[in-house]
Formats: sequence, structure tokens, C-alpha cells
Amino acid sequence: MYKSALIGLLSMLAAMVLPQAAHAEYGDVVMNNYSDAAGMRPVVFPHWYHRIRFRCKVCHADLGFKFKAGGNKITMAKIIDGQFCGACHNGEISWSVENCGMCHSGISGTPTHIDGSTVQRLVAPTYKKLGN
Amino acid sequence: MKMKQFFLGVVALSVLPVVAVRAEAAQPPLKEVKAAKGHVSSANTFNRLLKKPKAKNLPPAEDGIHDPDNDNTHVLQPPKIAYDGLPTTPFGNYVDWVKALDDNLLQPRYDRFDPTIEPLVMDLDIVREVKSTVPDVVFPHKPHTQWLHCSNCHPKIFIPQRKANVMNMSGILLGQQCGVCHGKVAFPVTTQSCTKCHSKPKPADWKPPKSETSLKNPWN
Repeated sequence: MYKSALIGLLSMLAAMVLPQAAHAEYGDVVMNNYSDAAGMRPVVFPHWYHRIRFRCKVCHADLGFKFKAGGNKITMAKIIDGQFCGACHNGEISWSVENCGMCHSGISGTPTHIDGSTVQRLVAPTYKKLGN
Repeated sequence: MKMKQFFLGVVALSVLPVVAVRAEAAQPPLKEVKAAKGHVSSANTFNRLLKKPKAKNLPPAEDGIHDPDNDNTHVLQPPKIAYDGLPTTPFGNYVDWVKALDDNLLQPRYDRFDPTIEPLVMDLDIVREVKSTVPDVVFPHKPHTQWLHCSNCHPKIFIPQRKANVMNMSGILLGQQCGVCHGKVAFPVTTQSCTKCHSKPKPADWKPPKSETSLKNPWN
């Protein structure tokens, strides 16, 4: 009977302590080119939210976003200059960039990647979730 | 005996909240069953090596990549609210984006400023014969041009010329050609989604080509 209790307790402990795989929304992009080094949380870009409002063409053809997570080297300077996110997040089409935490909302230490992508599932090493 | 029941109760109570948070379909944990019966090996359970069912469309604070300590994380829209009423699929966002567009349930802009601009839709199906026994691929330009612009794919990812593009599933799974979007944002490449592309059955008289080894086999 002690054995059963021990197994139960151990499984409970394992569920809480072991790193849990992220199960974020399909297509969520974490961008951490410069954020960690600058003492900011990495950016989480939700594709699902944006594709409800705009077709892929708007960002990937008109605004020049490459089809590569972290491949656009986006900086706040470029955004304030009206490039990339700044083309809409300027207080006219969407809320402006003073809402830092709306984008910089990722868990610190999360590397740049597309969450749940096939490539990530097949070849990329699983990263351990940092913080809590 | 009473002691055992007490312990089992403690174990059940301590595991339940964790299970309730992590999996939507709350199944009795395997360990519990094993402990209750005592003599049954867990090696005989179904789907022993399968991943646990994934919790779907979790709100940002619980999704594992957003920081719950960030105040703004809790302001972000949970996907479930946005997906209410949209057609579903068994993979990806669990939303059939193309059907949602066809059914006019969504009106995403084709232009950043002007909501009245209509996309340049081209309705042309490209059939790609597949060497293997799986059905041939039909590539429909229509849903792609509804979302994208020609320049997104041509000529950098796909040369707009017959027989000019060599591709295979390994490359696609590694993020080349179709895999630039499919497997990342557009519907994923899983065993549940094969037939979305491999949709044209082989002709009735089609036979799989024999390998060279098989042709050279003197006992054949």
C-alpha cells in the first residue's frame, strides 16, 4: 500500500517538476533575436489573430516579411520608422508600440522558433521551458 | 485495507487537479488503474507510447510560451473566443481557414488600408504525378491566391514552369517548397492531412513501378 502511495506521489511530482512541452497556438512565432540581450521578454507573434484580419499577402508581399522566423531582423528602431510591425502598429490601423508587453509577452529565454511547426517536431532539440 | 484506501484517495486527490489543468478530456490516470488492481502490468495498456491528447486552443497565459507574470499576457485574446463558429479541422489551429473564407465567415483584408480591394484569384489546378503508390497531388491555385500574392511563391519557391520543380516529402517536412508554409502556419503535414494534397486517385490501370533490384532479381 505504501508502494501505491509512492507511485502516486512520484507521478504527481513528475507532472509538476518535469519540463512541459509548450502547447501554444499553431503558428505562434517566438522572436528572440535581440530581446533577451536587451532585457525584454521575447516577442510572441500570433499568426491566427492576424490572419483573421489580414490575408498573408499584406505582410508577406506588401510589407516584405520573409517566411522565416527570426529572418527579418526586426528592431524597435525599424518599427518606429514604420517598417514591419510598425506599418500597422502605429496608432492608426492598430494600437501603437508603447504597449510593450502586448508583443513582448514571451517567457524569457525562449529561443526564436515557430511553435508546433513540423520542423521543430522532427529535428529541432526540445528546449526546456525556463522560469516557473 | 483502510490504510490503502486512504492512500489511494490522497493520490487521486493530488493527481486530479494536475490532470484537469493539463488535459481537457479527463481520463483516469493510468497509474491509478495499475495501483488499484495491483497485479496488472501497465505494459498491456492501449496507446502506451502515444502522446497525451493535446489541450486545444489554450488562452495565452496557459500556453507555455507566454509569460503569465506579464500583465499584458492576460489582456491578449484567447483563441477559443475568436474561433467560435468557424469550421473545424482535426489539426493545426483546429480551424478550417480556407472554408471559413469560402463561407464568408471571415473577411481578412487583402490591402492594409482598403477593405474593399478584392484578391487576384486564379482558379487553376496543377496535378503532380507521384511515383509512389499514394494518390497524385492536386495543387489548387484558388485557395492559395485567395490568401497570397503570386510573388510570394513565384519564382523564388516555385519556378512557374512544368517539370521545373523537383520536390519530395522529406524536403517538405524540413520546410522546403510547400513546407515553407505547410507545417508552420498553413495546415500541418501530418498523417491526418495527407489526403488534402494527395487527393487524385491513380488511374485504374496504374501499377507501381518496380525497383531496379526487383527487376534484376533472377528468382522473380
